[in-house]
Amino acid sequence: MAGITGKDAVLTEYARKLETLDAPKGRSLTQDAMWRLARNKAALLSIAVVIFIVLFAFLGPYLLPWSYDKIDWSGIRKPPNFEAGHFAGTDQNGRDMLARIMQGTQMSLIVAAVATLVSVIIGVVYGAIAGYFGGKVDAVMMRFVDIMYALPYILFVIILVVIFGRNPVLLFVGIGCLEWLTMARIVRGQTLSIKEREFIEAARASGASSWAIIFRHIVPNLTGPVVIYATLTIPEIILTESFLSYLGLGVQEPQTSLGTLISFGAPVAETLPWMLIGPAVVLVTLLLCLTYIGDGLRDALDPKDR
Amino acid sequence: MFGYVSRRVLSAIPIALIAVTACFFILRLAPGGPFDGERALPPTTLANLRAHYNLDLPLIQQYFLYVWRLLQGDFGPSMVYNDFTVAEMLWIGLPFTLMLGFTAFIIGTIVGLVAGALSAVNQNKLPDYILVLLVMVGLVVPNFLMAAILQLVFGVYLDWFPAGGWQNGSLAHLVLPVTVLVLPHAGRTARLMRGSMIEVLGTNYIRTARAKGLGQRLILARHAIKPALLPVVSYLGPGLSYLLTGSLVVEQIFALPGIGKYFISAALNRDYGLVLGTTILYMFIILAVNLIVDIVYAWLDPKVRYH
Amino acid sequence: MALLEVKNLKVDFQTQDGVVHAVRDLSYTLEKGRTLAIVGESGSGKTQGAFALLGLLPRNGRASGSVVFDGKEILNLPLREINKYRAERIGIIFQDPMTSLNPYLRISRQMTEVLEKHRGMSHEAALAESVRFLDAVRIPDARNRVHMYPHEFSGGMRQRVMIAMSLLCQPELLIADEPTTALDVTVQAEIMDLLVDLQEDFGTAIILITHDLGIVAGSCEDTLVMFGGRVMEYRKTLDLFANPEHPYTQGLLAAVPRLDQKVDRLSTVSYDFMVGAREA
Repeated sequence: MAGITGKDAVLTEYARKLETLDAPKGRSLTQDAMWRLARNKAALLSIAVVIFIVLFAFLGPYLLPWSYDKIDWSGIRKPPNFEAGHFAGTDQNGRDMLARIMQGTQMSLIVAAVATLVSVIIGVVYGAIAGYFGGKVDAVMMRFVDIMYALPYILFVIILVVIFGRNPVLLFVGIGCLEWLTMARIVRGQTLSIKEREFIEAARASGASSWAIIFRHIVPNLTGPVVIYATLTIPEIILTESFLSYLGLGVQEPQTSLGTLISFGAPVAETLPWMLIGPAVVLVTLLLCLTYIGDGLRDALDPKDR
Repeated sequence: MFGYVSRRVLSAIPIALIAVTACFFILRLAPGGPFDGERALPPTTLANLRAHYNLDLPLIQQYFLYVWRLLQGDFGPSMVYNDFTVAEMLWIGLPFTLMLGFTAFIIGTIVGLVAGALSAVNQNKLPDYILVLLVMVGLVVPNFLMAAILQLVFGVYLDWFPAGGWQNGSLAHLVLPVTVLVLPHAGRTARLMRGSMIEVLGTNYIRTARAKGLGQRLILARHAIKPALLPVVSYLGPGLSYLLTGSLVVEQIFALPGIGKYFISAALNRDYGLVLGTTILYMFIILAVNLIVDIVYAWLDPKVRYH
Repeated sequence: MALLEVKNLKVDFQTQDGVVHAVRDLSYTLEKGRTLAIVGESGSGKTQGAFALLGLLPRNGRASGSVVFDGKEILNLPLREINKYRAERIGIIFQDPMTSLNPYLRISRQMTEVLEKHRGMSHEAALAESVRFLDAVRIPDARNRVHMYPHEFSGGMRQRVMIAMSLLCQPELLIADEPTTALDVTVQAEIMDLLVDLQEDFGTAIILITHDLGIVAGSCEDTLVMFGGRVMEYRKTLDLFANPEHPYTQGLLAAVPRLDQKVDRLSTVSYDFMVGAREA
């Protein structure tokens, strides 16, 4: 699940570079990287496809005759039929597949976005606290992070989801709780190195509160890592969410997600292949493109002769 | 070296303890219990059941009781499968899961290492492009989807391999599930190896080796392999973790008799004992593998060894 | 016949931002047992020019021109062929001893493999010979030290190891790429003395690449000054120091701090001579 993008290594390296440069140079490091990314054809194509998929998921339903939960009694289990408006066929309940695919994609994307946000927030706060207080607090907090890394946290998520029910909020928070570790490490590193610098002393002498100082100095340097982190995390979260949904622990009826669609489509794929093919294609394409984007980012940040 | 190893072992113990504790309290503190079925049980029956399973004791006491029994190898009774203790159930399923997991792990690691190395040595030439593409596919397709596809294509349409089940030891029944597990692992390993090897091949000390007039094969085998392996070895611990979680779903889809099946149904049925037991078992396996990986890493890297 | 004749050497690099001409039209001659200093600042092309001789350019580098060693053309030879020259007839020591030795292999292994490959020696014989060379470069307790890993040596000692390693097959030519740059000043002097002594013992011709004119005077008969990939001056060292003709050389010499003068400002090199000198 997590780890396919190797975001840990990339981000740690990037953060290390940022630490050793002053703030203005740090910003140009990011700009450099963005420029290099723009030259990566595979990444650009992937970005275009992802944008297309997002539009497809959120605007598509307005263009379709059927909604995702409306039952067409005359067209149950039918293959794609353009005249009736079922461009991707119908499922066993007579619901339009294309609409369901769009809805499922929406759900997967929303979960990914919110969970990423949650993990960024948790990571930033956790890392800032650890870095700010330093010493024993920091040691304990980071040891906890190390422990979390070593354990199969997906099992915990399954447990959590089972316990607290299939609540969408829990889904966001729970998945977000899995991914914040890297962010925390980076923010902590940044906070620590900024703490060391002299202008903190100067600023404190002039009466500014230390929290304000640190935030004002960390935040500008954070935009780069956050954007990259988000880009690398989203495919992992989509995977995790589909995995959970597939097991029946994810999104609940009548909402659906790509994972749920696949879990319905797989057992009947022999007779109703369109139920599997549609969501599968969308999911794989989305993940593939996000991975290419992530790769592009990694190469842009660390330009070696590829 | 011995000091390093013992330190790693010792630090693993508190980790294990914390994990067990966390699991225990999370499960116990949750709303809903194993007896919250569709029919409400008469209060006396409920009280008796709870007493029988020690659920009426204060939580802390339950905890210590649990840990004490755990150390003796007693995972407690299953609350749903009344005739079995958790330990017995785990004992039935564990060998299979271990076999499946480790087979896939070893095959995936070897394939990944070789593919990654080949890719790096032939950087930007045809074999590299093909391998990178294959790796992408293996990585990106989620394991449940891959399982469904393989089942369909090879199990049903082509009928090369059985699509599921386990006729007590038939190798053919293992092919598809192992493949599903191997693909993402090999993919990740190959990517790491490729990147690592490319980086190593660009270092100054490899340049020195070339300047000494050594042949390409010798440089790879003697100078490049060890440093290239290090980051990959670090990954293997978490790698096994992902593999085992993947096996959860693979065992379900292919109807295989491992502990993965138990875990999911136990989770859905709120069978505390079984869920806890399975989780703890998974954790121990992973901690053990992490320990071994740490040791291998130390053996490879002289800077760590001779500290 | 000269040992080494370089004619019109060009080195280009293909980069994402276009072609970089690292070396444009480099030519020089080196006789047996003599020493040539190639002096220039970072980016002057001095190192790439040397790497091209042995085929050690990075993947995106292209060399053209002519390099004749002992009567044979060796520029751009296929790998099998150039490997016969590497270490055996032309040795090279690199700038940074920290990163130039493989941290995961023992020194003994890194040294014996050269002799095993090029001289077909057995491991024991190669080991004995390696220890001999470590003694020659004044590594204390060489017999035991040889089994250690690079990180157990200091920077100066590592460079000595590299020197020993490069001389194992007693090559006719040794390329020393900034051998002292990464070291302390005191160690620098020791290494330079060592090189001079070894040259006397083994009769090796040396190409000394450096940006530091200070170490050139006592050791090299000829000096070649490079800038922007081109040769600025190429003369006998003593002449160059006494009568620098090119403004760049004059600037370089003036920039070397002297003990016998009191200066308020260190002089820097002005690049006025570059006006009109740059073309694509």
